[in-house]
Amino acid sequence: MSKKHGKQTVVFGKPVGIAATASVVGAKEGQGPLGTSFDIVEDDMMLGQKSWEAAESQLVKKAIDLCVKKSNTALSSFDYIIAGDLLNQNVGSVFGLLEAARPYLGIFGACSAMGEGLALGSMLIDGGFGDNILVAASSHFCTAEKQFRYPLEFGSQSPPTASWTVTGAGAAALSHNGGDVVVTGCTIGKMIDMGVKDASNMGAAMAGAAADTIMTHLQDKNLHPSHYDAIITGDLGYVGSDLLLQLLKKEGIDISQNHKDCGIEIFDKNTQDTQNGGSGCGCCATVFASHFYPHLQSERLSRILFVPTGALMSPLSVQQGKSIPSIAHAVVIERRGI
Amino acid sequence: MKTDKKQYKEMVKKASPKSSTALNCMRAFFVGGVICAFGEVLHNIYEALGASKDHVGAYVAITLIFLAIMLTGIGKYDNITKYAGAGASIPITGFANAMSSPAIEHKKEGFILGVSAKLFTIAGAVIVYGTLSSMVVGLVYFLVQKFSGG
Amino acid sequence: MNYLWAFLIGGGICVVAQILIDKTAITSARIMVLFVVIGVILGGVGLYPKLVEFAGAGASVPLTGFGNLLAKGVKEEVDKIGALGILTGGLKASAAGIMAAIFFSFVASLIFEPKAK
Repeated sequence: MSKKHGKQTVVFGKPVGIAATASVVGAKEGQGPLGTSFDIVEDDMMLGQKSWEAAESQLVKKAIDLCVKKSNTALSSFDYIIAGDLLNQNVGSVFGLLEAARPYLGIFGACSAMGEGLALGSMLIDGGFGDNILVAASSHFCTAEKQFRYPLEFGSQSPPTASWTVTGAGAAALSHNGGDVVVTGCTIGKMIDMGVKDASNMGAAMAGAAADTIMTHLQDKNLHPSHYDAIITGDLGYVGSDLLLQLLKKEGIDISQNHKDCGIEIFDKNTQDTQNGGSGCGCCATVFASHFYPHLQSERLSRILFVPTGALMSPLSVQQGKSIPSIAHAVVIERRGI
Repeated sequence: MKTDKKQYKEMVKKASPKSSTALNCMRAFFVGGVICAFGEVLHNIYEALGASKDHVGAYVAITLIFLAIMLTGIGKYDNITKYAGAGASIPITGFANAMSSPAIEHKKEGFILGVSAKLFTIAGAVIVYGTLSSMVVGLVYFLVQKFSGG
Repeated sequence: MNYLWAFLIGGGICVVAQILIDKTAITSARIMVLFVVIGVILGGVGLYPKLVEFAGAGASVPLTGFGNLLAKGVKEEVDKIGALGILTGGLKASAAGIMAAIFFSFVASLIFEPKAK
C-alpha cells in the first residue's frame, strides 16, 4: 500500500521514534516564560567564541552533544545529521557539526528547518535508509541582525510587526525503535506567495503557507482539527497567528481552540519587548524540544501537529523588490500506541 | 485558498499593529531638540574659547561625532535611537552612528573588507547623494552666475 | 533664548522625519539620505542659511544642516575658482565632518567589540 495519502501527506509504515531532544538557548530566552524548561541557558551570547557566527555553531554543537547523550546512543551509531540555519550557506550548522564527523545533510527552509529535518529524517528511517538520525536547527539574534538587518550598534526603530530572532539551537534524535513519542506522518508544504513584501512583517508573509499546509493535511487525511490536542506553528507571532486563523476560517476550518505558536510561547510580550514574538530556526526547534516534547512524554499532550514556518527570502531578494514566499511543513507527532 | 493577494493585503493591514506616532514624535522632538541645544552649548563654548566664526561649526560637528561614536562603541547609541527614532538618527550624531556601527560589527571580517569597506554601508549613501546634489547646486549656481552677466 | 530656538527647531526637524518614518515605509537609512538632499536643495536656493542664522545648532546639527554645508561650500568654491568648484566644493566643505567620522569610527573599531542586545 502506498504511504502517500491525498495530495501531499505521507503516513509512515512504522512510527519513527523520537528518542531524545535537547535545547540550548541564550539569556533572553532563559528569562522568558519557558526559561526553566530549556536544557542549557547560555548567559554569554558569544559562548566564549570569537564571532557571533561561531557562537551560533557552538549552540548547534552543544545541542547535538546533549541530544546524543540523552538518547543513550553512541554518536557513531547515527547514520545522518540533518541540520539547517539562517546563515548564508548554512555555516552555522556546518561549523557546529564539523567535529561530529557524521554523514551530513544540510537543509535550508528558513525558520521551517526543524520541520523539514524531522520530516526528511523520519522518511529516511521509514524507508530503511538509516536507523538513527539527528536533526537540528539553530538561530542567533546577533547573526540574524547582522545578516538580515543592520549592524547591532546601528540605531533604528523596528515596527511592532517585527519579530525577535531567538538565540538557540534545538535537536532531536530520531530512532527506528524506542521512544514513547513518535512521528507517524507528515505533510510537505508548497511554497506560498501571498504577495507580502515587508521584511518587518514575516508573520504575515508566513501565515499563508501555514494555512495552506494545515488545510491540505486535514483534507488529505480527512481529519477535523480537533483530532490534534494542539496545532503548533513555528514563528508566526501575534500578527501571523491572527492571520492564520482568519485564512483558515474562510476555508471553513476553525483551529482557534487548539492553535499554539512557538514564537508567542517563548517570550513574554509585555516584559521582554519582543513585539510580534520570537522567530528564527531556533525558535520552534527549542520550544518543541523543551516544551512540547516533554508534554507529549508526560501525557499532557497525546497528539500534535507541529508546523514550523519559514520565510524564503534573502536581503538581496527583498532589496530587489521581490515578495516573500513562505513554506510550512506539518509533522504529526504523538504518543506511541494511542 | 479562497483568499487572494489583494484581499490578503487588506487583512494584513488590519491585523498589523501600528507604531504610536504621537508618542514617537514626542520622543523624537525631545531627544532631537536636546542634541541640537547641546550643539548650541558647544557652539558658545568654542566661540568663547576664541575659535574663528568659520570654524566653530566644524568643531561642534566633530565633537558631536566623537561623542556619538563613543556611545556607539559602548553599545548605548542604539538604545537612544530605539527610544527616540529620528530624534537620534537625523542629527549628525546619527550619521556618526551609521558609520561606526558597521565598522565595529564587521571587524571580524578583517580591516580591509570588514572595517573599511563596511564603514560606508549606510553612511555611503548619505555622502554620495549629498555630494551629488551639491554638484547639481554648484552647476546651477555656476550657470546662473555666468549668464546673469555676473 | 538661542538655546530654546535650537531645541525647538532641531526637535521640529526630527519630528518631520519621524512622521515620515512612521507614516510611510521609508527606513531610517533612507530618511537620512533624504534629509541631506533636502538640506542641499534648501541651502542651494538660499533658504536654509536663514534658518541657521535664526536657530543656530538647531538647524546646523540635523543632517539638513550637513546638506546646507555642502551647498554653501560648493557656491563658495564656484565663486573662488569657477567651474572646478562644482566638483570640489561639496566635499571640501564637508571634509571635517566626514574625516572625523572616518577617523573616530576606525579608532572605535580597534577599541570596541559589538555588544549583544
